[in-house]
Amino acid sequence: MSTILNIGMNHQTAPVELRECLAGDPMNSKKALNRMRSSNSIKEAFFLSTCNRVEALVVTDDKDRALDTVISLMAGLGNLPREIFSDHLYSYEDMEAVRHVFRVASSLDSMVVGEPQILGQIKSAYVEATKEKTSGVIINRLMHRAFHVAKRVRTETGISEAAVSISYAAVELAKKIFHELRGKKVLLIGAGEMAELAGRHFMNNGVTTMTVANRTFERAVEVSQQFDGTPVSLEEIPLQLLEVDIVLSSTASPEVVITRDMVKGCLRKRRNRPLFFIDIAVPRDIDPKVNDLENVYLYDIDDLRGITESNLAQRQLEAAKAERIVEEEVVKFEKWLKTLAVVPTLVALREKAEAIVQSELSRSNALISSLNPTQREAVLRLSRSIVEKILNDPILFLKGKAGRSTLPTYLDITRKLFRLDDNGQKE
Amino acid sequence: MAFFFFYAALLLYLIATGGFIVYVVNQQKWVFRTSYWFLLAGFVCHTVFIGSRAYALGTIPVLNLKSSLSFFSWSIVLIYLVFHKKFGLMILGSFAAPLAAFLMIISSAMPWLTTPVKPVFKSTWLIMHIISIFLGNGLLAITFLAAVMYLIQEREIKNKHLGLIYRRLPSLATLDSVSYYSLVYGFPFMTIGMITGSIYAQLALGSYWQWDPKEVWSLITWLFYAALLHERLAVGWRGRKAAIMSIICFGMLLFTFFGVSIWMGGYHSFSSLGAR
Repeated sequence: MSTILNIGMNHQTAPVELRECLAGDPMNSKKALNRMRSSNSIKEAFFLSTCNRVEALVVTDDKDRALDTVISLMAGLGNLPREIFSDHLYSYEDMEAVRHVFRVASSLDSMVVGEPQILGQIKSAYVEATKEKTSGVIINRLMHRAFHVAKRVRTETGISEAAVSISYAAVELAKKIFHELRGKKVLLIGAGEMAELAGRHFMNNGVTTMTVANRTFERAVEVSQQFDGTPVSLEEIPLQLLEVDIVLSSTASPEVVITRDMVKGCLRKRRNRPLFFIDIAVPRDIDPKVNDLENVYLYDIDDLRGITESNLAQRQLEAAKAERIVEEEVVKFEKWLKTLAVVPTLVALREKAEAIVQSELSRSNALISSLNPTQREAVLRLSRSIVEKILNDPILFLKGKAGRSTLPTYLDITRKLFRLDDNGQKE
Repeated sequence: MAFFFFYAALLLYLIATGGFIVYVVNQQKWVFRTSYWFLLAGFVCHTVFIGSRAYALGTIPVLNLKSSLSFFSWSIVLIYLVFHKKFGLMILGSFAAPLAAFLMIISSAMPWLTTPVKPVFKSTWLIMHIISIFLGNGLLAITFLAAVMYLIQEREIKNKHLGLIYRRLPSLATLDSVSYYSLVYGFPFMTIGMITGSIYAQLALGSYWQWDPKEVWSLITWLFYAALLHERLAVGWRGRKAAIMSIICFGMLLFTFFGVSIWMGGYHSFSSLGAR
């Protein structure tokens, strides 16, 4: 029987230098699939490469050779000697491999547990594998089950519900205030790395207008170009406050940049449209008393960190629930895999029966051709249903034995009883 | 037979309320959908009940507190169903259904009175008066509920307490606009209701305005709502202030509806509706 083999590395087993060697070239997975297809020890193959993991999943009858092929293949893709690789690789067999695939798909094995991107990456890797025609019965089934598990984990647990990064948390909050971010305006004060990251996150969530204010105007120009935004000077902030909806501040200034009075003065002119301040600077840029104003919401870095930390703890709890779902699905898959051993015998049984029906019908051809079409149809149906009824119990019996240790004996007996293996030779 | 539909509606509302509350806790969509269908079924029964009463009485069945409460409950459910179609705000059901069920429970606890309907109540103006007043009440009840939800959510965000409630309630912008739309549509209905009422009073009682307590309090409530609407449209009030004001206004509305009818007498009070 074939073995399912999973070989790979992830953020835990391999340093980033090693992973980026493999993830760099987008054509890599195509190359890998081609190599695996041409290897005669590998029957089915799937290859996943993201910035946090590289995995090969193969179905093979000769697991040592397959393992060897995959490792040298990965070393080849990264242009590295295979000795460096083997220390950082993990490999799983059969149900262990199935469990691993399910866990990866439901983002239980991710760097940030619950991050949803991985499922999309697996889906496109699977599409690639079907395009290259390297997936077969087992991998097709395994992948579809993996998508199903991921969906169950997503809907039945709260694992991907809560934000665990600061910019993500800020966007979530903004959505709870403004409902949607399309058409909203963001003012970026100070142009640090974190502000840029958060700014980018807001842009990805529908914000279209970005204004950048900075102490040195050149830097403001530079950053605003990235966002297609407008650079302004720090002095223009009070004016900008009349226009924008979200303010993201991260200057290195030791003093407060936005005072309570500055905000209070603009509220009436804004017709009380809500204002959301995010202060990720230390020391803080925005007077904390701003939060007391009506329709104004202020979150500083500690508030946001508080959210992400409690969410992370929540996720860990939910992850336990998710592991249980994965376990359930592994058991189901194992059951299916075991019925696979019965399938060839069942197919042979049905084929033989059909062959008998056909040959008997042609023997009575003279008689049958004298019947009218309705009668002919009835005879055909009758003979088929007799055959089916006779085979029904043996088939059910064999299916029931799937996964038992006695199965090979029963398969053998069945094959002998019905003479399935020398079919046609002695007739 | 009509009473069977009344109790069926009450029971279905209660089941829906229970379901909506379970939905708040476990967030399973099927729980919501099931509760929604129960509410809809209750609404159908309720409509049959009101329809058959109206047919039997020859006018709209709001001549005593019991049937007014039931009619109020019916209008809230009607408005909720319409708003659900428009906004798809699932959590609103968890607030509207309990309110409707609560009004029905009070209504069911009151005795069935069968007093003959005087011919003066069989007037188209009266029917128009009642229907627009109650549609207005239903809409303003939604304004009130959205305002309550807004205040809760606003507190959660301001205090940085982003727990279960925060996650279940919709965004502030959504709640504010639901509150706003229901006010903008509810206020004209209320106005039309008062105008048709005064026309009816002229036809039936010979005077547009009699300084009856209910008339006076309705006018005060109307002025409060007018002030709220003005602040929202002209000054740009929104959020917390508007929400608090909506709650105060709805308190006035309830007082006018219950308090005046029960304690202050006048020709609008239910005791006089039957007696005279």
